[in-house]
Amino acid sequence: MKPTNPKQPSIFASLIAITRRDLLLALRRPGDILNPLFFFAMVCTLFPLAVGPGAEQLTLSGPGVLWVAALLATLLSLNSLFMSDHEDGSLDQLLVSPQPLPILALGKMIAHWLITGLPLVLISPLLAMTYRMPVDVIGVLMLTLLLGTVCLSLLGSIGAALTVGLHRGTALLSLLILPLAMPVLLLGASTVSLAADSELYATGIWALGAYAVLALSLAPYATAAALRISNE
Amino acid sequence: MTEKLSATNLTLIRGERCLFQGLDFALNPGELLLLKGQNGSGKTSLLRAIAGMLSLESGEIFWNEAPVLQQRQEFHGALVWLAHKTGLKGDLTLVENLRFEASLRPQSDNDLAVVCERVGISRLKRLPLRSLSAGQQRRVALARLVLADVPLWLLDEPFTSLDRDGRHLVTQLVEEHLTSGGMCVMAAHQDVEINATVHRVSL
Repeated sequence: MKPTNPKQPSIFASLIAITRRDLLLALRRPGDILNPLFFFAMVCTLFPLAVGPGAEQLTLSGPGVLWVAALLATLLSLNSLFMSDHEDGSLDQLLVSPQPLPILALGKMIAHWLITGLPLVLISPLLAMTYRMPVDVIGVLMLTLLLGTVCLSLLGSIGAALTVGLHRGTALLSLLILPLAMPVLLLGASTVSLAADSELYATGIWALGAYAVLALSLAPYATAAALRISNE
Repeated sequence: MTEKLSATNLTLIRGERCLFQGLDFALNPGELLLLKGQNGSGKTSLLRAIAGMLSLESGEIFWNEAPVLQQRQEFHGALVWLAHKTGLKGDLTLVENLRFEASLRPQSDNDLAVVCERVGISRLKRLPLRSLSAGQQRRVALARLVLADVPLWLLDEPFTSLDRDGRHLVTQLVEEHLTSGGMCVMAAHQDVEINATVHRVSL
């Protein structure tokens, strides 16, 4: 068998390149970054207005509301993950590229997290304050959101890859992803609640971390397989 | 060992229709495989099947005598594909697009500036591709072909949206690629005059 071309760029270079490309594209269209973030902020600020400013009520519902809003904001953004690549044919080019598809998919997931997940984590303290969350609990919230959004970007890309050829696939995508995303929501919200009640919460963080590692090791392969199937 | 693309007994069924059946071909360095047929006759499907994106009903495609599916990465490292959709990002500039491509695929020693001059896009380097005309975007896609250091070109209707000079340029580029020992599979619905060994497949 012929040896691989020595000029072949390294796998690592291609990972960096695709992440960089997606970040650059997001910068050229800042609306894509701002939309989920705006949705997250809207839900979190409207909720206290609707249920009333009672301190007890707000501290009780805070973790749940913040987490549900974060989950929905991420789900909304997932639809576009492979959409434009599919439309302009660059997805086909990725499929015939000599680089391993799971690596390219991973690059896209990393970019997606940096564009939607990370900003969400960063503005969460601001919104948590409307729920009168103490500073140390805000730290726990940010940590759980950090791990949780990583999980959601990774798992969500599997759904995005499966629905890439479908028009208006958002509903189907959410339905597909929800069973996988449910543990993230439950773990995240309950960990923050436990922290707010000054109980032991470390188990939740470890579990979320384990889930993130599991997703990181499996999601790129599942996404690559899904892309090949849905692009036939 | 010389490079070689061949296929035996290819059959492809899409939905209820059989697009082709029992198709064989063999392509050696310096040769062109021309796929001819009307719209919807399965030219693009055959190209996609060769590129490994469509699974065939039966038959097998071989690269250097080994099945393509068993050496997908090596095979993909030996080809570049120009599809109907150019696969370039409209929000990125020409240079950004080509630089991304360079991180995926082996690149030839051709200088970017020289190639851009050759395909007539050197004036457009700073513009986002979105603002270019369809023909200009096709020319950028041609630059991608020339910059790749691969033996096999898969071209799906390469003459689309190009003016007369552009069509002449495609013919020239393909001829140069073939004389330097490359191979090319081209789908076209019009007649193509290329100075090389041409195998024709009618679909």
